Amino acid sequence: MSNELVPLSDPGLPEHIHRKADVDVKAAKRAERQVGILFLLSVIGTLLFIYAYLGIDEDAFVFVPVLGSTNAHQLFLGLGLAMALFFIGMAAVHWAKTLMPDHEVIDYRKEQRSKDEDRDDFVSTVKDRAGEAGLGRRPFIKRTMLLSLGLVGISPVLLLGDLGPLPGNDQKETNWKSGTRLVTDPGDRPIRPSDLEVGGVAQVQPELPAGKVRHLDDIAKDSVLLIRIRPEEFNLDAERLSWTYEGIIAFSKICSHMGCAVALYEQTTKHLLCPCHQSTFDVTRAAKVIFGPSARPLPQLAVTVDSQGYLVAKQPFNEPVGPSFWGRNK
Amino acid sequence: MSARERVAGQVANYVDERTGSAKWLKKTLTKVFPDHWSFMLGEIVLYSFVILLLSGTFLTFWYDPSMREVEYEGSYQPLSGLKMSAAYASSLHISFDVRGGLLMRQIHHWAALIFMAAMVAHLMRVFFTGAFRKPREFNWIIGVGLLTLGIVEGFLGYSLPDDLLSGTGIRIAEAIIQAIPVVGSYLSFFIFGGAFPGEMFIQRIYVVHILLLPGIFLALITVHLMLVWYQKHTQYPGPGRTEKNVVGYPLMPTYMAKAGGFFFIVFGVTAFLGAVASINPIWIYGPYNPGQIGAGSQPDWYMGWLDGLVRMAPPLEAYIFGYTLSLNILIPGLIIPGIIFTGMALYPFIESWITGDKREHHLLDRPRNAPNRTALGAMSITFMLVTLINGGNDLLATHFDLSINQIMWFSRIGVIVLPPLAFVITKRICLSLQRADRELVLHGRETGRLVMLPHGEFIEVHEPLTPEKAYLLTQHEQLPALEANLSNEYGVKNPKVIRSKIRSRLSRSQAEQIAKPTANDVKELEGGHH
Repeated sequence: MSNELVPLSDPGLPEHIHRKADVDVKAAKRAERQVGILFLLSVIGTLLFIYAYLGIDEDAFVFVPVLGSTNAHQLFLGLGLAMALFFIGMAAVHWAKTLMPDHEVIDYRKEQRSKDEDRDDFVSTVKDRAGEAGLGRRPFIKRTMLLSLGLVGISPVLLLGDLGPLPGNDQKETNWKSGTRLVTDPGDRPIRPSDLEVGGVAQVQPELPAGKVRHLDDIAKDSVLLIRIRPEEFNLDAERLSWTYEGIIAFSKICSHMGCAVALYEQTTKHLLCPCHQSTFDVTRAAKVIFGPSARPLPQLAVTVDSQGYLVAKQPFNEPVGPSFWGRNK
Repeated sequence: MSARERVAGQVANYVDERTGSAKWLKKTLTKVFPDHWSFMLGEIVLYSFVILLLSGTFLTFWYDPSMREVEYEGSYQPLSGLKMSAAYASSLHISFDVRGGLLMRQIHHWAALIFMAAMVAHLMRVFFTGAFRKPREFNWIIGVGLLTLGIVEGFLGYSLPDDLLSGTGIRIAEAIIQAIPVVGSYLSFFIFGGAFPGEMFIQRIYVVHILLLPGIFLALITVHLMLVWYQKHTQYPGPGRTEKNVVGYPLMPTYMAKAGGFFFIVFGVTAFLGAVASINPIWIYGPYNPGQIGAGSQPDWYMGWLDGLVRMAPPLEAYIFGYTLSLNILIPGLIIPGIIFTGMALYPFIESWITGDKREHHLLDRPRNAPNRTALGAMSITFMLVTLINGGNDLLATHFDLSINQIMWFSRIGVIVLPPLAFVITKRICLSLQRADRELVLHGRETGRLVMLPHGEFIEVHEPLTPEKAYLLTQHEQLPALEANLSNEYGVKNPKVIRSKIRSRLSRSQAEQIAKPTANDVKELEGGHH
């Protein structure tokens, strides 16, 4: 560039402009009054809070436009508290802005870097002291110290061992065995095919052996969705078709993506949708993934009826239910 | 001497004789802080943290961190007699049977949302103004750490009520943990004390939420503020402000009153939100049951981008020697967030490597004067917004009558196409603003007043800028690009020639500027004027 690169000069701090309250006694008095009023508004807020706490019934409701019918107790507690706090803040800020000094002050910085002699001093001190400790001259101490410090961390880590059991086969097993009855959830009643109409959906759980209580852990793996459509609508291979019974097909309700409950069934399209991440499964094609992030179909449970005509599982799930994990296919 | 002064003097004497603090206190009370509205963003973070500590402590007096099954007997009739965890029952108890309990719960939740929002806004302020540059890199890294922990802390917090929505969130978190190659299943079983959901996780995340993470927060925030204190606050450029000084108001009394007052304002606004704006109505969701779910499940806003990424991931799963690698979870859930947060933490070092600038900076940049940085920021925000939009795709679909497929495909394409586009557009805007600044300095402000000259020509009268304004628009540095260092002075080839070329290329892009007017430019023009 041809120009000499001289920047524009710094005109320095602009001249201080006095506020009204600085020069006019009346304005200052007015500002003082305003600050006082703001503090008093806070006092009113606290009084409102106390009144709401003691005087308003906890079950009282009031109608407030926009909010609708609202619990008066909570509302006025909150409004009182908000007022009490907010106006203290407003008062302090107004006070600072109108009456406290507003002269800009200049302070000077120093570079973060220490002076050279201080840095040299530091280095020589560290070297001297380290030399006095004699680590360099006593390699045996150094090595054994490092060894012991390295190993001592093992103990606390080991202590965490009882945080949980090892997974073992737990992720791959459910309570579904050959011949396990399907029972309604909620209700725990066994189901006959005739209980489910075409187009119907039901959530079922495996019937547990007498005395065993159903925990959330069980539900997290056992939940099954029972869907009935017209048999001719199935588009399945022979094996999967044999896992259905008179148009009744059963899938694990635990999403194969991240384990949410796949709860949305669209009757007209026969699609199952997981509300968490919108993985969509086609019921007629053995829950094939047709949309969304899930990489696998929902596991299908083979169903049939037992001698008393109740729906039962033909066999356990042939694959782990729920989200994927490292050893899933082992 | 009045009686009050005598007492104050005695107290001060008593303390100083035991701590020798008079000199330090005097220096502290007269410490100068520059003033700007954007410096309040960090304050909001600090104040909402205090609000979180206060309201959170109140909630712990009644909350029962246990997954023991109980029968609900509280005053909320629709759930009467239902089996649920003690955690959920006690959350309902706080909401319905403790006076002010619901208010405190809502203040706590609102404060958490504000905490995160203010943290993000503060981060943007620091980023776009270049406040992270030397000597403040440590504080930038601490900030990134606080943001990351804030997300975790918030997530654990809204999981504590153990309602259906939060349980679903935990379920998803468990799936992410389980997807980690090799150790995922073990980690999950150790964290949950067995198979999901088990009976342990509420009490475990409770301890992390109320003790471990707040402790780390306190430590990090303390260091963060001590560094701000010690290094003195940055300031915006302007007349009289240099790299060597700090212009502002003294701590006592002006700043004390303003900052102290602002704490009460933030608390007051949070309390107002807690009073009128219902948030996380857990009684509507019901107790957690892994076999059930509510439609429109949404995390809190600061998790939305993560959920959006997971939703838009393609259905990929790889199998290596029979082992399963859940790419559809790992990429959006761990790898991309890991890259984003690592990149963010390293950014100060990357920028100083590109510019070769190793000096201290205390004057902030106007964003337009750092076009590449500003464009990069706009690019990141665009990325986050697209993912956030997709995180709410189900709600957008129902509210705006769109199909989820449309939103999903918009997001999948948009997340790749829109950020670079935002980069290019933002950079052009920055350069245009620089051009406008140059025009303004050289030719003054357009007054809109038209004057007819004697020979019939019309001109618009331009009013010259004040020296203060002209200085503000030209005070910034314009660093030249770094040349690639191909060989040394003896003609020996640089062994790191590729690195050097990459750096030079980036540096050229970084140095792309509209030349600012110099004193000479202005003088020449003034000479030429009538």
